Amino acid sequence: MNPTALDYLLWGALPYVVIAILVGGTVWRYRYDRFGWTTRSSQLYESRLLRIASPVFHFGLLVVIIGHVVGLLIPESWTDAVGITNDQYHVTALTLGGIAGVTTLGGIALLIWRRRTTGPVFSATTVNDKVMYLVLVAAILAGLTTTLLSAVAGLNGEHEVDYRETVSPWFRSVFILQPDVAAMSAATAAFKLHALIGLALFALFPFTRLVHAFSAPVWYLFRPYVVYRTRDREPTPAARPTRRGWS
Amino acid sequence: MAQKIGKVMAQVAMVMNLDKCIGCHTCSVTCKQAWTNRSGVEYVWFNNVETRPGQGYPRRHEDQERWQGGWRRTAAGRLKPRAGGRLKKLATIFANPKMPSLQDYYEPWTYDYEHLVTAPLGDDIPGARPRSLITGDPMRIEWSANWDDDLAGGAELASNDPIVQKIGDKVRFEYEQAFMFYLPRICEHCLNPSCVASCPSGAMYKRAEDGIVLVDQDRCRGWRMCVTGCPYKKVYFNHKTGKAEKCTLCYPRVEVGMPTVCSETCVGRLRYLGVVLYDVERVGKAAAVKDEKDLYEAQLDVFLDPDDPEVQAAAIRDGIPERWIDSARRSPVHLLAKRFRVALPLHPEYRTMPMVWYIPPLSPVVDALSETGHDGEDADNLFAAIDTLRIPVEYLAELFTAGDPGPVKDVLAKLAAMRSYMRRINLGRRPDESIAEAVGMTGADIERMYRLLALAKYDDRYVIPTAYGVDEADRGVIDEIGCSLDFEGGPGMGGMGGQVPFGEASGQPQPASVETFHALRDRQTSDGHSGPARRLNLLNWDGNGRPPGLFPDRRRPAGRDEEEAR
Repeated sequence: MNPTALDYLLWGALPYVVIAILVGGTVWRYRYDRFGWTTRSSQLYESRLLRIASPVFHFGLLVVIIGHVVGLLIPESWTDAVGITNDQYHVTALTLGGIAGVTTLGGIALLIWRRRTTGPVFSATTVNDKVMYLVLVAAILAGLTTTLLSAVAGLNGEHEVDYRETVSPWFRSVFILQPDVAAMSAATAAFKLHALIGLALFALFPFTRLVHAFSAPVWYLFRPYVVYRTRDREPTPAARPTRRGWS
Repeated sequence: MAQKIGKVMAQVAMVMNLDKCIGCHTCSVTCKQAWTNRSGVEYVWFNNVETRPGQGYPRRHEDQERWQGGWRRTAAGRLKPRAGGRLKKLATIFANPKMPSLQDYYEPWTYDYEHLVTAPLGDDIPGARPRSLITGDPMRIEWSANWDDDLAGGAELASNDPIVQKIGDKVRFEYEQAFMFYLPRICEHCLNPSCVASCPSGAMYKRAEDGIVLVDQDRCRGWRMCVTGCPYKKVYFNHKTGKAEKCTLCYPRVEVGMPTVCSETCVGRLRYLGVVLYDVERVGKAAAVKDEKDLYEAQLDVFLDPDDPEVQAAAIRDGIPERWIDSARRSPVHLLAKRFRVALPLHPEYRTMPMVWYIPPLSPVVDALSETGHDGEDADNLFAAIDTLRIPVEYLAELFTAGDPGPVKDVLAKLAAMRSYMRRINLGRRPDESIAEAVGMTGADIERMYRLLALAKYDDRYVIPTAYGVDEADRGVIDEIGCSLDFEGGPGMGGMGGQVPFGEASGQPQPASVETFHALRDRQTSDGHSGPARRLNLLNWDGNGRPPGLFPDRRRPAGRDEEEAR
């Protein structure tokens, strides 16, 4: 099947638009809105549910991200080379991915329920948050659908179109500036949908509270406990000397 | 015992003389007006005054078994944040397990004043019902920052004071035997700050020049670990901006040599501000001494004597300006804490090396003695009475010396000696040097302490050098550009941007990022003083013309309206 014009638009052009928005948006946000760069935690309002739901969601999501990195970045030929059969790979990936995905979905479902039912948390929810939640949940749901469909296909012994021969090569090809549109257009509809929602999520990323993920404080592990800083020598507008005289 | 002098650093520190605190809350109110009268921090009091015994604010914050603030000494003799080290902090970053909820502080509220004028005509006088500032819903007021003020609630509430629970039957709540005193609290600006140590982002820092502990609002990511880390619970979470905020020791004032707002407005004139020089290389070891009761002495050993030429040379070597050394030599804090040893640190057992120290209160002892037929101001009678004071020494010791009554008794004896010694002078008798000797002081020392504590002249209380880089000629000059959040509808004006139908927490919230984005862009792209449109101060208006800012701008919600208003 030859790629259509739409395929070229979606899998050849759109990824670069999204990358531009993601990088440019993040730089822009960092330059102009460092003050707004925060988790916007609502723990002060409600802690009991958050203490369960938030770690469940975040840890689930971390596993999901690791799964995506492995699945998208490691070519099939490499796992073949170390003697992992395709079946072994897919059973492991689907099991782990399924568990992590369901955990993440359960976590975010609880979080959204908490957000809707706890008065102060709901009133602190912006439109921006709502759009972000919508896209995030859609991405998780679409991803779980692909997992489910793959699992069902696998159990029935059908030969499902393997994402490692379609989505993954395309994903890698995007970064070497030679998008393999043909590979992606051969993927199943579920994968295409998941990829599109994923792109939407990346495009939204810099403009939502999701940016807090970029400031994961790993550096904390390596710094001394107490931080000293000298006073700002650069005169701020407030400290800038005003001219004397009648000016 | 001359120790080698390591790196010398300067700290602007505070002493509060609890004997003079009348619990008027002026410090709290002026601080709130200056710093936390914005939405998101309605529940926050950088300065609060607690009645002791009492639970404090937030409730029972001294119960570190529960809140896990401060440092813990490990078996190997090292210090680790009590709530856990770096790995544990990162592992629990998705939901801080030890964070006080809003209910532990209190749910802030306002009153539905509008109802007073909009209520339909009726037989009843309309009332203004309390409404939560968090949800906007009607609420029952059941707690506040100061619910147990003046022992309100009696034994029922005060018996939940963690210290009362620890020392048990020493504390009486029967009306005739009850005692109380006031404890104003601000951030301690510790030498070994556990809030700074807890911040995963590295947004909190201790300023190298003056030791003020601050939160970099542009680097804070709202992980909330500092709230847990601070054992005094003096770092707060702004629930609107999602950032930590805390007492700044009014650094814009201190930098130009002015006292903090709480000090300046203190009715009892009980606060002292001054520079202390200390050896930063001794801090870690001193904070980790094995016995908690040694922490007070260990902290005193960290302070350096600014009159010592070797210390002065080391300070200059380490880049401390000479006027700071001069200031340290005249520092009332050094005098009260180190030389006279009448000021004590608050909860040294947290191992944070706090830098706001307290002179413990001498109970109304003179009248009590006089009633029993003794001379209430005779030194021997006073010394003997200290063990039976109405405020139990054990209670004060739990606050100030990790439970060691010795240093507290010494301080109270010195305060009693000062009364007795100065009475003789007031009555025209010869000064009695033996009174001073009995407490290890000289008559001259006592008179100096009397000047500082009883007369408490403004210039003696506040000895603050201007910041490095600020000209001495700028002393006392604060550039009044106003608050950058004070734009129409902005946080400083009681809103968060946009129309606000009810209260400051109602309506569709906008993320704080939207308005700060505009404010920041404005500031970065303009040459002069910028910032959003300011209101005109009517006090300065001569009644002529229409100066900019007199009327709110209709066309443009925020921004430069100065040309247009003409």
